[in-house]
Amino acid sequence: MSEQDKLTQIALESGTYDTHLSRKFMMRKPYEKQDPRLIKAVIPGVIESIATAVGRRVKQGDDLMIHEAMKMHNRIKAPLDARIKAVLVNVGEKVVKGQILIEME
Amino acid sequence: MTARERIAALLDPGSFHEYDLFVEHNCQDFGMGSKELHADGVITGTGTMSGQPVCIYAQDFTVAGGSLGIMHARKITKVMDHAINLGIPIIGINDSGGARIQEGVNSLAGYGEIFYRNTLASGVIPQISVILGPCAGGAVYSPALTDFVFVVDNISKMFITGPEVVKTVLGEEISMEDLGGARVQAEISGNAHFFAKSEQECFDQIKTLFSYLPANNRQKAVPVAVKKPKSSYKIENLVPKDSKIPFDVRDIVRSLVDDSEFLEVYELFAPNAVIGFGRINGETVGIICNQALVLAGVLDIDASDKIARFVRFCDAFSIPLLTLMDIPGYLPGSDQEHAGVIRHGAKVLYAYSEATVPKITVILRKAYGGGYIAMCSNHLRADFVFAWPTAEIAVMGPEGAANIIFRSEIQAAENPDEMRKIKVKEYTDKFANPYVAASQGFVDAVISPEETRAYIVHALEVTKNKSETRPTRKHGTPPF
Repeated sequence: MSEQDKLTQIALESGTYDTHLSRKFMMRKPYEKQDPRLIKAVIPGVIESIATAVGRRVKQGDDLMIHEAMKMHNRIKAPLDARIKAVLVNVGEKVVKGQILIEME
Repeated sequence: MTARERIAALLDPGSFHEYDLFVEHNCQDFGMGSKELHADGVITGTGTMSGQPVCIYAQDFTVAGGSLGIMHARKITKVMDHAINLGIPIIGINDSGGARIQEGVNSLAGYGEIFYRNTLASGVIPQISVILGPCAGGAVYSPALTDFVFVVDNISKMFITGPEVVKTVLGEEISMEDLGGARVQAEISGNAHFFAKSEQECFDQIKTLFSYLPANNRQKAVPVAVKKPKSSYKIENLVPKDSKIPFDVRDIVRSLVDDSEFLEVYELFAPNAVIGFGRINGETVGIICNQALVLAGVLDIDASDKIARFVRFCDAFSIPLLTLMDIPGYLPGSDQEHAGVIRHGAKVLYAYSEATVPKITVILRKAYGGGYIAMCSNHLRADFVFAWPTAEIAVMGPEGAANIIFRSEIQAAENPDEMRKIKVKEYTDKFANPYVAASQGFVDAVISPEETRAYIVHALEVTKNKSETRPTRKHGTPPF
């Protein structure tokens, strides 16, 4: 690594410095605020059943759907009192990690 | 290379003596009764390396995939016990498919016995792991407990759960190389301390490392004839005066150590800190530096881990510590905070405070805030702290400090930017120097760069018989 080779700047509390960045530093993910109204799949799997529908009002803790993954039935519950704005998956559908399943409002 | 070829390539020619060649497994289940496994898949023995005795074992992938059964494990633990009793280093060459499933829980027992001995031997004899093949599942934890792990590009593979499990459970598709190949272990995870392109290069690295290490915690490394640093490294020309301009701190190291020979440990991992071994007046010194060339030399989680572990190793084996400080502070960011930069950063404070070997610190340029304290300051009981005239020892960087102290004046000014510049300069002139800290006795001497080696040599001489006592305790509770 020569000193001229992709010298860049980094901002720290004590000021801005000329430097190189490490590969691991460049791979880091910026923080994303989690939106509690978006229910996402935490692991890949299949939607076994859906217990709610668009427009319905739900209370925190109500069952919304069953997501089968790793041979386990994961009950997905409402994280807050809200109205279902959209159901974005169908029964039997395969979902990937991070996919949005339900949107609430 | 085969297991025996590897041992032959690593040790002095003709020095290897093999034991337990006739050990046999006693598993009768799953058709194992009729299977004869040569040496039960692991070669063990003693030999010498550059004339110094070592214990060694090498797993043999050609026998049942180098799988670990109870007798295979007993051969390893026997040679480990020898190493502990004889006070000589142990080298383990790992090349194994993992547990011998047919032996069931006996195989797990074997791993447990190895881990227990790795822990017993820790800080007593140097333990080296060489990964020359797969090393997966429970098998990874023996290397992880040892002092130095060596990997070779395209040969070493380490992981707890392999690509298949990762795919089934998480849906992530990743190759073995990308998940736990040599480069990943050496650069990203920090599980490996040394990365080589070939097995031969790896063996050369091991021999070099051994030349710096004592055989056990009661001895010193074999001293080497004193050679002056090479004249090509002119210390007075190496460091830019502007503390925001980077330079390669390894050049400073080479301008200070005998023959300019420096063995960098963890070269690829957390390159914002540089650690390694060199010699000063013929004796081994552990060197720790902030590297302005990468991430401005900040302390972050990985650099903290890297430094703390190294400091503890040196302390355990009576190797004096030389710290070269040029630290702008800690790395900001949610990723750092959430991954625990607080508890990881605390390890550096702990390791330096705990260390009772001679501790010598040279402040080259920046020494700001908590980072200044952490990098073996006077307050963590450095024996001697020297500072160059370019040192800036301050509670924080001039910009941050001026923004806080002169906030109202800056805000009230007609031209706040202009006022900020004036105030930053005012602060810099007054506090960004070594003399404020020196006036409090926190810096023992302000020295010119050319004098540095002479000061270090003298400091090492006068600290030779250093002894420090600590309160009675079973052991401390470091934040790991």
